[in-house]
Amino acid sequence: MTITHVDLRRGAYHDSVTLLQVSRTVADVEGVEAAQVAMTTELNVEVLSGMGFEIPEAAGPNDLVVAIRAVDEDAVAAGLAAAAAALSAKAAPSGGFGDAPAPRTTSGAVRVGGAELALISVPGRYATTEALDAIGAGASVMLFSDNVPVEDEVRLKDAAAAVDVLIMGPDCGTAVVGGVALGFANVVEAGPMGLVAASGTGAQQIMCLLDAAGVGISHCLGVGGRDLKAAVGGRSTRQALAALAADPATSSIVVVSKPPDEAVLTDLEAYAAGLGLPVRWATLGAGRPDLTTALEAVLKAEGHDVPEWPKWLSDSDPEPGAGLGSLRGLFCGGTLADEAMLIAAESLGDIRSNIPLRDDLALGSGLTHDGHLVIDFGDDGLTQGRAHPMIDPTLRMERIAAEAQDPTCGALLLDLVLGFGAHQDPAGELADAIRAAKGAARDSGRELPVVVSLTGTKGDPQGFAATAQTLSGAGASVFLSNRDATRHALTFLGGAR
Amino acid sequence: MNQPLHGLLCVESPSVATAGVQLFADALRGQAVTVTEADWQPPMAGTETDLATVLADARRAEANATAYARLTAAGAELCDVKQAKDALGLERGTFLHAGPPIEWERMSGPLKGALIGAVLFEGLADNAERAEDDLAAGKFAFEPCHHRDAVGPMAGVVSPSMWMYGLRDEVHDAWSWCSLNEGLGKVLRYGAYGPEVIDRLHWMTDVLGPILQQSVRRTGPFDIKAILAQMLQMGDEGHNRNRAGSLMLLRELLPGMITADASSADIAEAVRFSGANEHFFLNLGMPACKLATMAAHGIPGSSLVTTMARNGTDFGIRVSGTSDQWFTGPANTPDGLFLGDYGPDDANPDIGDSAITETGGIGGFAMAAAPAIVKFVGGDVAFALRATQTMYEITHGEHPMFQVPILDFRGTPTGIDVVSVVRTGILPQINTGMAGRVAGTGQVGAGLVTPPAECFPAALAALATATP
Repeated sequence: MTITHVDLRRGAYHDSVTLLQVSRTVADVEGVEAAQVAMTTELNVEVLSGMGFEIPEAAGPNDLVVAIRAVDEDAVAAGLAAAAAALSAKAAPSGGFGDAPAPRTTSGAVRVGGAELALISVPGRYATTEALDAIGAGASVMLFSDNVPVEDEVRLKDAAAAVDVLIMGPDCGTAVVGGVALGFANVVEAGPMGLVAASGTGAQQIMCLLDAAGVGISHCLGVGGRDLKAAVGGRSTRQALAALAADPATSSIVVVSKPPDEAVLTDLEAYAAGLGLPVRWATLGAGRPDLTTALEAVLKAEGHDVPEWPKWLSDSDPEPGAGLGSLRGLFCGGTLADEAMLIAAESLGDIRSNIPLRDDLALGSGLTHDGHLVIDFGDDGLTQGRAHPMIDPTLRMERIAAEAQDPTCGALLLDLVLGFGAHQDPAGELADAIRAAKGAARDSGRELPVVVSLTGTKGDPQGFAATAQTLSGAGASVFLSNRDATRHALTFLGGAR
Repeated sequence: MNQPLHGLLCVESPSVATAGVQLFADALRGQAVTVTEADWQPPMAGTETDLATVLADARRAEANATAYARLTAAGAELCDVKQAKDALGLERGTFLHAGPPIEWERMSGPLKGALIGAVLFEGLADNAERAEDDLAAGKFAFEPCHHRDAVGPMAGVVSPSMWMYGLRDEVHDAWSWCSLNEGLGKVLRYGAYGPEVIDRLHWMTDVLGPILQQSVRRTGPFDIKAILAQMLQMGDEGHNRNRAGSLMLLRELLPGMITADASSADIAEAVRFSGANEHFFLNLGMPACKLATMAAHGIPGSSLVTTMARNGTDFGIRVSGTSDQWFTGPANTPDGLFLGDYGPDDANPDIGDSAITETGGIGGFAMAAAPAIVKFVGGDVAFALRATQTMYEITHGEHPMFQVPILDFRGTPTGIDVVSVVRTGILPQINTGMAGRVAGTGQVGAGLVTPPAECFPAALAALATATP
């Protein structure tokens, strides 16, 4: 007999990453079959209903639900106790005789700590308020939060420029300031190259390629993925360029971006030409070089050798060019997904996506299509009320298993990003999924090639080489360069150039 | 040359503040970076858009700085004592009361009781039943004390013959007024209207008022703000504990009282009455805070609270940037200790203009200065320290004159910001007395209370609407 327990705790807020960890802790308790501890956002209610839990109608987005299904009452009690322990462990320390309580707002934390920078990762609908608050306290902001309206982004950036602080974001995953890695970032050497990045994983890809080429970076200033779009007009990019140009540690700059608006790019190029140091562009887009190619040009222009980019080839893959199936790209990094589509589209033609190259290529809400498709699991639409896939890979793992069963899937192209902020041991889990996928395909009589674009450095806490070897051991081909990974995947689809 | 971004890129290893996902703070600590984490919670429900609008209001920072500067700069000197008809031009048949405006039908027991008492005191009815009927029939006019730059503790009922302390703010050229304190027990302000209450009011009008007037006019003015600053260093918080303040006030008043033109028996009784009342000073501290909040009021774009007041039914606030609009919600019932065999069922919801003290940065906000108060309001000393320190999260600044010795003479948290209240969900901490629910009962206890949360999102919405 199974017992289901659901209780609602009003106004008990915890962030989604913490709750993910708590849910896992509870699910690991003996006798617990399923557990979810989550804020009752619309999305989580769907997830909970999908798991067979009934959520009280009165639940609102600021309420916490603890849902457990277990073999008996004792197991439910053990699960509840584990939830209580895990939740209280996360509570901020306070109390004590005369101890001041922890600051409750971003500006409070800025003032208490004398901070120059604020890293804000609250849910998107509260992000504008916290960012304005940090600006008011005189701090530059790395705004990790996504789902921030573009009007608010413009408002924030104007308010920041007025007091000479920088808004890195919104939806900024990566930054390195004065050697400090913020959000998702790789461990790289200090050096003379300054980065301005309107793309998180794009910046990580460039940083890691630079690291492999033996070139260090001074700073990597994120500006948010929309900064080079017409609506935002490069507001933060301009400030970041000026700041890097004045920085004695920076001798040249690379701007990394998702496909920019042409007019904005032209304006920025003109602005950059007057800064007195070389500014080079790795801006994705049809007809423009991919990130690896753009970086190779930068390295040559700076007088560096272009190394052979690290790769591990699988020996279990089918013969190149033999396959008839479609490309299935399952990404956590938006820019990596974008780049893969741009490269693949040249030979494959139309690719369906939730971040399509053209509007008419958009995938429906089911995210399914029997042709070529690339999904960005880190896109705003898939992260509302849940953690980024670099932290919580559940959705992508499910999709990898589903693709293995799909006879139209001709090659799986995956990314894996290492570094601070990312999953602490992502290789084992992904390797298991790859092994299972290849096994399932083999059981249905086909050989499924799996290619992984692995963004990381030797200094990363997860270990680049060890991760690559684990994935390679599971039968995947692994590449540091996302371009090379994509090209390799294309070889199995008969469309390689 | 000034480095861009305030030199952010030149800092060896920047210090980082975080709000949100704890993982990122942990990752920074792993790099040996100095991290200060905000214990962030979502704001009050449905306020996201208004918060963003108000925070983006370019006027707000300056408006709040101005409001705060005026609030803390305002002076408060006891300059006169007059009857309400002369001080406020209060017409016969018109009564002032505490809190936001309210009609007779919705009034609580203690407010009705105090009005009945005031009608009897003014000789407008022969007995309580008649007074109540006439009040219910709409024969008299009611108005909040706050609408006449006055404040009144508990029911706060003021009638034309009552004497009022007149306090002046030289800096901003303003006056504020408050009635004389009647002492404890069965008193009009707690809704009692028995014969002993009415007799005492007559004695205060005939004897006490004229003696106090002579004292103040001959030997005043007296600096009430200076007494407030001193009493906080002597264990008072200025709302529910006024012992040191009352003694210091009496010290100022005594020379003028004992030389007043009155019989020695009347002077002796006036001195005894004043000295026996440990809340004697409350009626001076309140108008002093009223002067401060009046100075901060009416600044477009300012989100600082300039009034918190209760009429026993509704709790109302007013905000500097939204002119004289009240934002109200149902008053909460205080939580605390009870006199005699009274219990929670006997207590009326929160009542009185005395929350002007918290609005001005003392009272519950200065609880750490008055550890002795915690027994009276049912807490412990750690609670008192925590209460004051928590209020810094919702206030604009720290009062330059009102200081808390045990917090290393930190200024009291002053200037409640509607935005901070909505963002943090932390409600202002108010120390208060409790009136009996039934008209005529009087005081039943004392304790702690907070405003109803809905006042603050409502005020925020009005601020958002008023944002250009």
